[in-house]
Amino acid sequence: MKTNRAVRSPGGLSVRLDVRALTVVVVLLLTALTASVVLIGTGDFPIPAGDVLRTLVGEGNAGQEFIVTELRLPRVLVGLLVGASLGLGGALFQSISRNPLGSPDVLGLGQGATAGALTVIVLFSGTAGQVALGALAGGLVTGFAIYALAWKRGVHGYRLVLVGIGVSAIVTAVNGYLLTKSDIVDAARAVVWMTGSLDGRDWDQVWPLLALCAVLVPLVLANGRGLRMLEMGDDVSYALGVRVERVRLLLMLSAVLLTASATAAAGPVSFVALTAPQLARRLTRAPGPNLAASLCMGAALLVTADWVSQRAFGAEQLPVGVVTGVLGGVYLLWLLVTERRAGRI
Amino acid sequence: MLVESPPEQRAETAAAPPSRRAVRAVGLLASLVLLALVALASIAIGAKELSLEQVWHGLFEDSGTYGDVVVADRLSRTVLGVLAGAALGLAGSVLQALTRNPLADPGLLGINAGASAAVVTAITFFGVTSLSGYVWFAFFGAAAVGALVWFLGGSRGATPVRLALAGTAISAALFGYLQAIMILDDAALGRMRFWTVGSLASGSDSTIVQVLPFIVAGSLLALALARPLNAMAMGDDTAKALGANLNRTRALSMLAATVLCGAATAACGPIIFVGLMVPHVVRSFTGPDQRWILPYAAVLSPVLLLGADVIGRIVARPAELQVGIVTAILGGPVFILLVRRRRTAQL
Repeated sequence: MKTNRAVRSPGGLSVRLDVRALTVVVVLLLTALTASVVLIGTGDFPIPAGDVLRTLVGEGNAGQEFIVTELRLPRVLVGLLVGASLGLGGALFQSISRNPLGSPDVLGLGQGATAGALTVIVLFSGTAGQVALGALAGGLVTGFAIYALAWKRGVHGYRLVLVGIGVSAIVTAVNGYLLTKSDIVDAARAVVWMTGSLDGRDWDQVWPLLALCAVLVPLVLANGRGLRMLEMGDDVSYALGVRVERVRLLLMLSAVLLTASATAAAGPVSFVALTAPQLARRLTRAPGPNLAASLCMGAALLVTADWVSQRAFGAEQLPVGVVTGVLGGVYLLWLLVTERRAGRI
Repeated sequence: MLVESPPEQRAETAAAPPSRRAVRAVGLLASLVLLALVALASIAIGAKELSLEQVWHGLFEDSGTYGDVVVADRLSRTVLGVLAGAALGLAGSVLQALTRNPLADPGLLGINAGASAAVVTAITFFGVTSLSGYVWFAFFGAAAVGALVWFLGGSRGATPVRLALAGTAISAALFGYLQAIMILDDAALGRMRFWTVGSLASGSDSTIVQVLPFIVAGSLLALALARPLNAMAMGDDTAKALGANLNRTRALSMLAATVLCGAATAACGPIIFVGLMVPHVVRSFTGPDQRWILPYAAVLSPVLLLGADVIGRIVARPAELQVGIVTAILGGPVFILLVRRRRTAQL
């Protein structure tokens, strides 16, 4: 099947459309939205999908309205935004490091954000808002440290990954120390946070995340062309007129911000940033970073995983991070095997 | 492909003049003295400061005073540190030689994580509480992950990046598993959060007796592998031509590394970077000859581990910083430095 089509306007302008990639984006978007509606309807007080939709447009009864708009909608929105940020951030990191494993999980960004959050939980017994701020700060500092340490006349992909592994080992040790310092109540709270959970998220988490995404997503998508050229190598893209280090710094900064704020909102939900871009690429079969598809994939994955975590374990709810962790771990091993066979890593 | 040193250097080592060998032997003796000093410091320094007389009294004229009890307690901790340090150092050296990879480390390759996951499984699901019970789980976990990383890393075509990535990926997956257990089981969380950072504080006579046979056997095996590993450093073809049995050497090396890592992890929890750092320091003054690297690593790794333990007791007095945390904080920068120093083309 021919997947590319050129659209010409009468005035002589033409646009090349990748039909398959476009279809994938639309389908993933619909999947994410459908899963969201199902997720809103799920819980101790089930609501049929039709009622959910009616309530969302403002025509439901008072009881359903409270449950939907006050309790479940913010949680689902946080899930969508976190998934989208992680998917996009992961796609950026993987493209910049030119390595499917160069995702924020492996690089230690999640660990850095965890260190920030644990500091607030253990040393100051802070509120949820302060924990989120601590996580944001931890993630940003770690991202900056990795970039600075990997810098040596430019940032090279493998050096970035290996430096990230080193930094993540140090930060993991700090986290372990903080965990041993805490009393058992704080420790239990910290472990749940460290796994990543959407429990009890409300509108306070939605707005900052939405604002950040509203700024960063267009910025990143606008720079997608530069990123695509960067994948051909620094020299080639330099010759093609891309300002290599500037684009890379801008995109890495965006990726760190996206990942850190997503982590601040929901905790380090593991493996979404790693798997979403890979799955998106396999679906679109298109070269390049596949930014839009990864974004939609991340959102769909996270909301679906949250639904599984609420339904699969009966009364005892596990945080969503456990589901993504188990699924992601299996996927990662499979990825390693196939990539090895193909000789790509 | 990475630690290939220039041929002239190797030739020089092979025909080292007697005086040079004497220097190295003296150096080894000096290292032993250093180890003794650090061990002494490890007995004397802590929440309760002891004078040298008190240490002497506790060691040789034990009459049950308060100081003597402290000495006895710290002595078993120190002995455990020596054993675990030697095990980790030897395992790191063997792995680096086997994979021809300067970034190989039992922690980085996920072998420690494998042992941890197995021990945690033993504690949670099989109700195993004694060390002698879960040491076998630790071996099994270490061996399984070691084999998996070796396979996923590309076995013979393994490059440093592939191995490190495979190790990290598996560690990450196992970490998720550990977390799920800790969330579901508060009692397990209470025990495991201390065990998973890596500490010598669990050192007691029974612990030592239980891991001693494994560490001794593993160490002897590792030391006996020095010659075949030397041959393997020249590349598979040359090694074969020199009469080395490649598959046997590989299998025995993995066995030695697994036994050593498994025993050390079972006794102290996962400790990262000791096996990475020491062989590098040692190579800088012994050259690439495994017959010297291995004994030096066996002596100097405990120096590092005990030193880190003492530092951990000094900086957080009267509490203490677990040794696994100190080694990670010391070792991380060294690792990053190694990554930065190597040429980009190789990375």
